Amino acid sequence: MDYLSLSGTLLYTAFILYLVAVIFFAATVRDKRQEKQFTFVNKFAITVTSVGFLSQLGYFITRWIAAGHAPVSNMFEFVTFFSMMLVLALIILYAIYKVALLPLFTLPLVLIIIGYASVFPREITPLVPSLQSHWLWIHVTTVALGEAILAISFVAGVIYLIRQIDQQKSTYRTKWLEIVMYSIISTIAFIVVTTTFSLTGYEAEFVYTVEATEDREETQASLIYHLPAIFGKSDAELVTDGRMDALLPAPDWLHGEDAAKKLNTLVWSLAVGLILYLLIRLFARKRVAALIQPSLRRTNPELLDEICYRSIAIGFPVFTLGGLIFASIWAQEAWQRYWGWDPKEVWALITWFFYAIFLHLRLTRGWHGERSAWLAVIGFAIIMFNLIVVNLVFAGLHSYAQ
Amino acid sequence: MNTIICDTCGHHNKEGTTICEKCGKPLNQDTQKTLLNMRYDGTAIRSKTRNRSIIDKTWNFFSSIKVGVTLIALALIASAIGTIYPQETYIPQTVDPSEHYRDQYGIPGQIYYQLGFHNLYGSLWYMILIALIGISIFIVSIDRGVPLYRALKHQAIKRHPKFLKGQKLYGEYSDYTEEDKQQLLQHLKQRRYKITEKDGHYLAEKNRFSRWGPYVNHLGLIIFLAATLLRFIPSMYVDESMWVREGETEVIPGTNQEYYIENQQFIFEVYGDREEDEIFETALENNGAIVPRHYETKAAIYQDTSDKEVISEPELEEIKRGEIIVNQPIKFDHFHIYQDSYQLNEFQSMSFKLHETEDADEEAILEFTVDLVDPERVYEFDNGYRIELNDYFPDYELSDGRPRTTTNYPRNPGFVFFVYGPDTEEAEVSFLAIGQNLAAGENQYKLSLTDFDVRNVSGLTVRKDLTLPFLGLGAFIFMIGLIQGMYWQHRRVWIHPTADRIYIACHTNKNWFGMKSEYEKITEGTPFTEIVDQENKNE
Ligand code: HEM
Repeated sequence: MDYLSLSGTLLYTAFILYLVAVIFFAATVRDKRQEKQFTFVNKFAITVTSVGFLSQLGYFITRWIAAGHAPVSNMFEFVTFFSMMLVLALIILYAIYKVALLPLFTLPLVLIIIGYASVFPREITPLVPSLQSHWLWIHVTTVALGEAILAISFVAGVIYLIRQIDQQKSTYRTKWLEIVMYSIISTIAFIVVTTTFSLTGYEAEFVYTVEATEDREETQASLIYHLPAIFGKSDAELVTDGRMDALLPAPDWLHGEDAAKKLNTLVWSLAVGLILYLLIRLFARKRVAALIQPSLRRTNPELLDEICYRSIAIGFPVFTLGGLIFASIWAQEAWQRYWGWDPKEVWALITWFFYAIFLHLRLTRGWHGERSAWLAVIGFAIIMFNLIVVNLVFAGLHSYAQ
Repeated sequence: MNTIICDTCGHHNKEGTTICEKCGKPLNQDTQKTLLNMRYDGTAIRSKTRNRSIIDKTWNFFSSIKVGVTLIALALIASAIGTIYPQETYIPQTVDPSEHYRDQYGIPGQIYYQLGFHNLYGSLWYMILIALIGISIFIVSIDRGVPLYRALKHQAIKRHPKFLKGQKLYGEYSDYTEEDKQQLLQHLKQRRYKITEKDGHYLAEKNRFSRWGPYVNHLGLIIFLAATLLRFIPSMYVDESMWVREGETEVIPGTNQEYYIENQQFIFEVYGDREEDEIFETALENNGAIVPRHYETKAAIYQDTSDKEVISEPELEEIKRGEIIVNQPIKFDHFHIYQDSYQLNEFQSMSFKLHETEDADEEAILEFTVDLVDPERVYEFDNGYRIELNDYFPDYELSDGRPRTTTNYPRNPGFVFFVYGPDTEEAEVSFLAIGQNLAAGENQYKLSLTDFDVRNVSGLTVRKDLTLPFLGLGAFIFMIGLIQGMYWQHRRVWIHPTADRIYIACHTNKNWFGMKSEYEKITEGTPFTEIVDQENKNE
C-alpha cells in the first residue's frame, strides 16, 4: 500500500474511533449509578480518543511523506489538521479537569470538522515558491493548536450556557443560544447536502461570457455546480441537459467568479439546516438547548466557567506565538514585510484583540460566568470566520481557494 | 495627603488603601461582609485616589481598564472595516483608486473610498488609536505595577484574623497536633512554597514572579509599538523595488549609488515535468494554469569603490555572488535583496530585413537589428539605404485608433519605420508589431521581422530594516511576559495559630481549581483537609 492511501485509511480509522469514544463518553454521563464505577469507562473512552489521535497523527505523517511537504497547504489539509489539534487540546484539558462533558461535546465538533474538511478537494497540491519554507508548517501548526485550545473555551462556554440559561421562558438569551444550535446544525446540513449530491454525481454546467478587458478578449467561461442551482450567476446559461436551471439570479453586489456558487451552497446549507432544526423542534416540542439541558444538571457550572477561562489563558500565548510572531517572521522572509494588512492577517489580529479584551474583562468580577461564556462563543465565531469566510471569500495571499 | 490609621496596629496607610499594609486588617468597613478584593493586595492605586488636577484626570482616564478595553475594541472594529474591500495596496497598480472603488463596488465602494477606508491602516486616525492604546498601557503599568510591587515586597507575614477570614478559601481547625502543623509545612516545602515565619505565624508563597507577567508583556508591547515608529527615521528603513534584465548590471536603489547588482541568469521552473510530480497530477489538472516550482536570480553584488568626491566612472568590485530565491534573500551590509517577481521572455532585440514588396522570394536588400531597450534612431547602409526609427512603442496597444505604449518594458513592441531608398527623396512609412505589418499607401519596399532575442527580467525588492531587532525584542519580551503570567499562578497560604485553634487561608491570583487540588495534596494525612470556598457559600 502506498503512503497516500495508507494516510487516507488512518484518517478514516481516527474518525471511527472518535465516534466510538463519543458513545462511551455519552454512557458515562447518561448513567445514574455511582460515580466510582464509571472511572473505568471514562478511562477507556479517553484511551480510545487518544488512539484515534495517534491514528490521525499517522495520517498526518504518512501524508507528509507522500507529498514531500507538510500537509497543511490547502483547505482540506488545514481543516483536518485543525480537527487533530482540537483533539490534542481536548486531551490536555481533559487531563487537567477530568470533565466527561468536555469530550462529549468536543468530539462531535471534531467529527463535524473532519466532515467539513472532506468536502474540499483532497488531492495533494504542489507548493508555490513562497510556501516552500519551514515556516509554513511551523506557523500553521502553532496557529492551529492555539485556535484549537481557544475553541475548547467555546465548547465549555456552550455547555455552560445550555446548563445555566433559564429555559422556562423565551428571552434574548434563549434565542441567541438557539441561533448557536442552529449554526451547528447548518454545518452538519452542509456536510450532508454536499456529500449526498457528490455521491449521486450531480453536475450542472453554466456558461457565461467574460467581458473583454484591456489585455483580454471576450471569452466564454463555465461554472460547474455540484448542487442544484437556487442562485445562479445572473448572465449564465445552463448547458447540461436535465438539470435544474437557476431559480434566482445572485444579487449583483456579490463579486467574484464563484460568488453565485458559494451563495448557492450557503443557502442550501441554511435551508436544510432549518428543516433539520424545525424537525427537532417539532418532535421534541422544546428548544434544542432545553432538550439537552436536563442531562447537564449534575455538572458544576463554576468548573465549566473555569475551563472556559483556562483554555483561553492557555491558548492565547500559543495563538500569539503562531498567529502573530511566527507569521511575521515568515512574512518577512517570503514577502519582505512582516506585516502586510492582508485580510487573513488582519483577522488574526482581530482574533488576538478579541481574546485580549476577554482577558481584561475577566479581571473585573462582573464578567465571569455567563457573560464570559458568551464572549467565548463570539471568539470561536471569529476564528471560524477567519478559517472559512476569509479563506473562501476574501481573495488574498493566504487564500486557499485561489 | 490624608492617611488612614489602622485601629489595630496604628500603622499609617496611604489614602485609598483597603487593607492595612502592616497587619492586613481590612480598613474599609463594608468589605467585611464580602470577600476581600485582593487584586493589588489592597494597596492604594494612584488612579483610585487622586482626582483633582487635569493631570490626575488624564492619568485616571488612561489607567482605567474600561477605557483600555474600549480602545482595543475600537481598534478591532476599525481593523475589521478595513477588510470589507481590498486595501489600496491590493488593487491593480494601473487603475485610479477613485474610480476603481466606485466601478467595482458601486455606491458603498465610493463611500468607502471617500471615508479613507481604502488606506485605513496607514491613516492618521488608525495610528492615533494604536498610539492611545500604547499610552494607556504605559500609564496603567505604572499606576498598578508600582504599588503592587511594593505591597508584595513588604507584605506582612502575620495578618489580622479578619484578613484570613476575608479570603476565598478559608478554614478553622481546633483539633490538631504540633506534628500535623509540621507535616503541613513539610508538604508545603515539598511543593516548593517559600515559607517565612513570624511569632508562630506562617506565610507560604510560590510563583510570585507570575504577578509581573502582565507588566512584562505590556512592556514588550510598548517596545514593539515604539519600534514601529523607528521606521520613520530615514536611515533605518529602505524599501525599493527594481527590475534587472539578464546580463545587465544595475545600480541598487536606496544605496546612494554605492551598490550594483548583476543579473547573471534567471532560472524558472514549473511543476509537472519531473517524475516526482506525478503526485500533483490531479491538482495541476484541476488548476489549469501553470504552477511555478522555483525561480531564482543568480546574482553578483558590486560595490563602487571610486572616489565619491570627484565625478568619475564607477569602479565596481565584486563583494558577493549567489542565488536570490523566494524565502532566501541575499544579504550584504544590512541590505536584503528579495526575489519578488519576474517577467519571462521579454524581448531583447528584433532583427528585420528589407526587400522589394513585389519580390516573391523576399530577397534581403539589407538586414539590421534593433535593440529594444535602447534603440538606435537611424540605420545607415553602404548601399545607400537609410532607415529611421520614427516612433517606438515598447508595450504597444491601440487606444481609440491611436497607437500608444502601456509600459516602458518591451513586452509587445511596435515600430514606425521611415525607409529611404538610394534614390527616393520621400520616406516610405511602415508600421510593424507582432502579427502586424502595415504600409502607408503603396510602398516599393517592405520590412519583415526575421528574428528576435528574448531574455528574462527579474523583479527584486531591496530592503533594509534596522527596526527589526527592536521589534523582535518587543515581541520576545511580550511572549515571555505572557507565558510568565498565564502558565504560572501566584499562590499563598497563610497559617495563623491562636490560643485554641488555627486559621488557614489561601489565595491565588487565578486558577482556583488548581489551588484547591493543590491544597488537597498539601493537607493529605492532616486534619486540615476541609477548606471552605466562601464565594460559593455566599451564593
Ligand atoms: C492589545 C493590547 C494588550 C494586550 C495584548 C494585553 C495583554 C494583557 C494580558 C495577557 C494580561 C494578563 C491577563 C491575565 O492575567 O488574565 C493583561 C493584564 C492587564 N492589562 Fe493588558 N494588554 C493590552 C492592553 C492593555 C491596555 C490598553 C490596558 C489599559 C487599561 C491594559 C491593562 C491591563 C491591566 C490593568 C492588567 C492587569 C494587571 C494585573 O493583573 O496586575 N492592557 N494585559
